[in-house]
Amino acid sequence: MKRAFPILAVLTAVLLSYALYQALEVAPTEATMGDVQRIFYYHVPSAWTAFLLFLTNFVASVVYLIRRNTKADIVALVSAEVGVVFCTVVLVTGPIWARPVWGIWWTWDLRLTLTLVLWLIYVSYLMLRRFSSSGQTPLMAAVLAVFGALDVPLVYFSIWYFRTQHPSPVIGGGGSLDPRMGRVLLINWAAFLCFAVLVCWSRYRVERLQREVEETQALEGLLESRGAR
Amino acid sequence: MTTSSLTRATLAKDLRLEWRSKDAINSMLFFALLVVVIFSFSFNPTAEESRQIAGGLVWVAFLFAAVVALNQTWARELRNQVLDAYRVSPAPANSLFLAKAFGNFIFVAVLEALMTPLFIVFYNLRALGPTWQLPVVAALGTWALVVNGTFFAAMSIRTRSREIMLPLLLFPISIPAVLAMVEATSAILSGEYSARPWIALLATYDVVFTTGCLLLFETVLDAE
Repeated sequence: MKRAFPILAVLTAVLLSYALYQALEVAPTEATMGDVQRIFYYHVPSAWTAFLLFLTNFVASVVYLIRRNTKADIVALVSAEVGVVFCTVVLVTGPIWARPVWGIWWTWDLRLTLTLVLWLIYVSYLMLRRFSSSGQTPLMAAVLAVFGALDVPLVYFSIWYFRTQHPSPVIGGGGSLDPRMGRVLLINWAAFLCFAVLVCWSRYRVERLQREVEETQALEGLLESRGAR
Repeated sequence: MTTSSLTRATLAKDLRLEWRSKDAINSMLFFALLVVVIFSFSFNPTAEESRQIAGGLVWVAFLFAAVVALNQTWARELRNQVLDAYRVSPAPANSLFLAKAFGNFIFVAVLEALMTPLFIVFYNLRALGPTWQLPVVAALGTWALVVNGTFFAAMSIRTRSREIMLPLLLFPISIPAVLAMVEATSAILSGEYSARPWIALLATYDVVFTTGCLLLFETVLDAE
């Protein structure tokens, strides 16, 4: 397993630079939007990766609630952290693209709002992890993750109703995608996914080491206090 | 003792404590009053405008005021290790949870009943839609806030800086409920569209999260 890590790192580096070349040079320029459309190759793969990481967090949280397994807790933690980073990329690149194309930075559209609410839920998840006392953190966080997952369909329907009453600018959906663009998109997604797995993996290793160090220190402290007596 | 008698006993104790101290209701009332006054003179709306914004203002005021009461829910039980006593007692955790949630529901409902006349006075409100739906929205909306609020308050007492933690956990999860309350209230006040889909959404939210809280509360209470 340990040898796989540098291989994955090299693969990620190669894929990321190849994907960058593809997105900036090879992919055809969009007819109406021009070059600004190229941000799409970062925006969409980031969104897919973020949602996948949030899903991973939910599954790991449920596993933790059932099994009380430390590994599941670490997976939940790192997938939420990296997921929030990718989700932030989505929320930042979206308005950069929307301003020249739609003429506005932001609209309360279904997908935008859902992404924002997910981001808010997961930021509160990370805040809870940071603020709660160590022993109970995994359990509280897992419970909150389950509540967040229960919330997602409700958020979806509430915004769906909201949208039907307050029509906002139409999204450039419905059109067909140039197959060359689709290919570049998939290459970018593969690169981003590798990158996400790489970051999660290293974060996982750091977190495990950190917990081992804390345990050892606690144990040493205990032994010392006994020895002193 | 059965679950319902335990719930009743805890609820009666909380209500008696609140009746004698009036801590929660006084702080909530004054807080909501301040919000109403500040909003009213910062916007100074006409009757027509206030119909459109009142739904949002009313619920924002109630949401913030409810957090004041919710924060006190469990803090009282920390003194003299009452919560630990609950944990080791064979009493079902959910009866305790329900008692706390009902107690908070009553506090916030009393607050709403007292504040509504003030809103009507300050904002010149008159509903153009079916008025009988307003109490339904208020009841469902209040339950949506307090059921999750009571649950998250039990989680946030385990954290550092617990007072600030509760709204940070509660508000993101409550977004669909708040949207539904605000939209349903605006629909009834303006009479322009039907509030029914929003009421249905609120009811669904209540059912989903009441179930979630009852399933997971014991886990949270016993966490160590």
